[in-house]
Amino acid sequence: MSKPILEVNDLKKHFPIRAGFFGGITGHVYAVDGVSFSIEKGETLSLVGESGCGKSTVGKAILRLFDITGGQVVLDGQRIDDMPAGTLRPMRRRMQVVFQDPYSSLNPRMRVRDILAEPIRNFGLAKDAADIERRVGDLMDRVRLPRDAVNRWPHEFSGGQRQRICIARALAAEPDLIICDEAVSALDVSVKAQIVNLLQDLQKELGLAMLFISHDLAIVEHMTHRVAVMYLGRIVEVAPKRQLFAAPKHPYTEALLSAVPVPEPGAARDRIILKGDVPSPIRPPKGCRFHTRCPYAFDRCKQEEPVLRQTEQGHWSACHLHDRPAAENPLAGERGAAVLAHH
Amino acid sequence: MALLEVENLQTHFRAPDGVNRAVDGLNFHVNAGETVAIVGESGCGKSVTAMSILRLIPEPPGKIAGSIRFNGRDLLKLSDREMRAIRGNEISMIFQEPMTSLNPVLTVGRQIGETLRLHQGMSKSQAEARAVEMLKLVGIPEPERRVKEYPHQLSGGMRQRVMIAIALACNPKLLIADEPTTALDVTIQAQILDLMRDLKHRVGAAIVIITHDLGVVAEVAERVIVMYAGRKVEEAAVEKLFRSPRHPYTQGLLGSMPKLGSSLTGDETRLQEIPGLVPSLKRKLDGCVFASRCAYATDMCRKVAPALEEKAEGHIAACHYAIKEAVAA
Amino acid sequence: MSSASVLNPADVPQSAIKAAAPMPDIMPPVKARKGLWGYMYRNPSIAIGGTIVLLMVLMAIFAPLLWTVDPTALAPARRTREPSALYWFGTDMLGRDVYSRVVYGARVSLIVGFAVAVLASAIGLTIGLVSGFVRWADSIVMRVMDGMMSIPPILLAIALMALTRGSVGNVIIAITIAEVPRVSRLVRGVVLSLREQPYVDAAVSCGTRTPVIIWRHILPNTVAPMTVQATYICASAMIVESILSFIGAGTPPIIPSWGNIMAEGRALWQVKPYIVFFPALFLSITVLAVNLLGDGLRDALDPRMAKRI
Repeated sequence: MSKPILEVNDLKKHFPIRAGFFGGITGHVYAVDGVSFSIEKGETLSLVGESGCGKSTVGKAILRLFDITGGQVVLDGQRIDDMPAGTLRPMRRRMQVVFQDPYSSLNPRMRVRDILAEPIRNFGLAKDAADIERRVGDLMDRVRLPRDAVNRWPHEFSGGQRQRICIARALAAEPDLIICDEAVSALDVSVKAQIVNLLQDLQKELGLAMLFISHDLAIVEHMTHRVAVMYLGRIVEVAPKRQLFAAPKHPYTEALLSAVPVPEPGAARDRIILKGDVPSPIRPPKGCRFHTRCPYAFDRCKQEEPVLRQTEQGHWSACHLHDRPAAENPLAGERGAAVLAHH
Repeated sequence: MALLEVENLQTHFRAPDGVNRAVDGLNFHVNAGETVAIVGESGCGKSVTAMSILRLIPEPPGKIAGSIRFNGRDLLKLSDREMRAIRGNEISMIFQEPMTSLNPVLTVGRQIGETLRLHQGMSKSQAEARAVEMLKLVGIPEPERRVKEYPHQLSGGMRQRVMIAIALACNPKLLIADEPTTALDVTIQAQILDLMRDLKHRVGAAIVIITHDLGVVAEVAERVIVMYAGRKVEEAAVEKLFRSPRHPYTQGLLGSMPKLGSSLTGDETRLQEIPGLVPSLKRKLDGCVFASRCAYATDMCRKVAPALEEKAEGHIAACHYAIKEAVAA
Repeated sequence: MSSASVLNPADVPQSAIKAAAPMPDIMPPVKARKGLWGYMYRNPSIAIGGTIVLLMVLMAIFAPLLWTVDPTALAPARRTREPSALYWFGTDMLGRDVYSRVVYGARVSLIVGFAVAVLASAIGLTIGLVSGFVRWADSIVMRVMDGMMSIPPILLAIALMALTRGSVGNVIIAITIAEVPRVSRLVRGVVLSLREQPYVDAAVSCGTRTPVIIWRHILPNTVAPMTVQATYICASAMIVESILSFIGAGTPPIIPSWGNIMAEGRALWQVKPYIVFFPALFLSITVLAVNLLGDGLRDALDPRMAKRI
């Protein structure tokens, strides 16, 4: 196995809660609380989970849009989480981002040409003005927008077209890794397909690694190589796509899969409807964070937090059930097929 | 006679640069106790349709024409006062954003009780007892304590349950749900959909669910109306629509969705794209509204707007070339 | 998918084509008005407010040509004449022509209004940007601004005027200082919300340095809310200037301003109300017009902003 392009070790980000006249810290939001994973060159890893699980915070922490509380972020062998700003800037070229909302992701007061030229200039990728112009044109071709649209303003484009501009901006820096933070979630179904196809094509053509942050499991399954499932600031399961969808090894993953509505009327599925809501990340439950909603929780889950362990080759999960004999482990065997639709 | 009959509904809006024909000639009906889904992408007119039925369209800049018969009465001909007596009582609505649709300074109990006292003339104590009952019905634990709480003390899923409780409090005959689960997380969405299915059996109200999510449609609807650019392009029973979609737009929509479990069946084909953009609704369109994006479009399509035709039993589509089956006599 | 998915237009004969009934228009078509007139038609507040403000500016500039006499010329023989064909707005207790004084008085009001709007916006923008971007400076600057805001702007202006000699320049400085805290608070709020925009995060990821981010991504997006705010400052500055002049703490009596014309007419208010009435009318119309312009700009420039202010 080659050296991973990105390694995240025990990443922590706690946001302080300030209150009172003097703005004293009264608590913390444990948004990300010990997350580790790695991404190989050219690989797509998906980070899935529900709102508030910390998946977007992981993305922003990697991009170093804020300083992290603990842990390490290693980009191609170099730690970037504690790098001074000056050394970090050239490293930023190697990881780019596409955000969810195509409307607020583009500066409304900049023309498309200037938006795309900004990273090219910042990172000194072009020899001269003509080279910038040529590169901007190539980028428009890559994302399948007309070249003459570079003179237009963002508001003249539809949501899908804006997302193409965002992708072009990310590509302008010639990155090794693109972080897609819910990049297709805000788009309409038909436009979503266009953007998903575009991202897949670009990844193949350019050999990009991708961190695909999403809550949409169907898109994730379509896009990704490996999947990491997050719950309340922690990764509860990581596995290659097929293994995860065929045989989830964490009760939360299983419930998530069963909860996705599928466009097949009358599909026979074993449905697991979780009770209750996600607890607050300000006071995460003791023991396993999922025990308050887990249908299989037993005493040990309330006291002891399970660690992420390998249950099969490349399949990691954080659940005490795997210490039990197989007969008492509802997650042994291939459950995925049952919670997904039958044909 | 159907519970709700919408005929030639047109809802247009005056904008500085033209008239926006948001809904332009929509016909459909809803039978008592039936669940009908209206599905389409943003801007197709599905939400405007819902607002038009309840006459919540501000006039001006909007204007509604056609007829909306509910229980035989044309809602568009009623006075504002008569309409108020129907809203929240015989027809009620659930919105997408449970936080903004609840009043933050009133307790949950007050908000449920309000509609009951207004429409059913209940006393304060009766309304309170009924509020507790409603919260129990929508599966909120400890309803006696929760009625005294304010919306901000509840989670998103709980608030949507409260919205449903308010909507169902007066035993409406028709419930219109506009993207009721779009703002919710998957596991919470599953809870709410489960609740809606369960309530349907117990309450017996007809439901019009408006959504962009074909997965949600497949889970709850009996009949589906597909809208595009302010018009109905296809209508069929849910199994028929998903099994054999007739309209190229519906086919495109279904083809553009990745299927959960695709990695297990080895069914990992490239997603189908619908090229292009939705046409502007400010210009009057000759021909088929979908012609500019349709792979099969001919000159005929661009010239002559297709009528809605029955292509198979109970399966209507607005496409000249959609395949017809002999309709069983 | 079953066979139903495959359409073949060639299979369908021309005779089988059924056309949908065309839908009628239910409202008259919108006449697309283009150019300046179209803009005015769509934004009546800007049209009306802008026109009045423009007229006032023209009046101030061309005051000597508008059938005026020397506004400071005393003529004790013609004191307190009623309005007439000769003295349109009458004369005051020193025999000066009130019409001429009101027309010239527009100069002071407009100069003070515009100067304060520009200065307070510029200073407020700088302070707001600093406190929005420099975290340690933020709490200090904002506490100072809070302190200044706890004093009513008029009192602050009066206090500042008490320290100096009455002149138009000093009036402008005093009112500017009184207005700055409000502007800097607004700018800070706008800056903080703009900093959270994904396009700023994207720019950081694209290696853009902080000064460039401020210059290219933050500043241009503060223009719309600042323009709106500047019109409100302008209106408020005109009123404060009048009050200062009215109580004798503003423009020196030698320069006619709407405030000091009213002050001089105050003693005769009961018997000769027109001396106070005309400058007051002009002040009200101008302030109203400027506020109208501000509302129009707010609606036109940023519909989302309209809800926030």
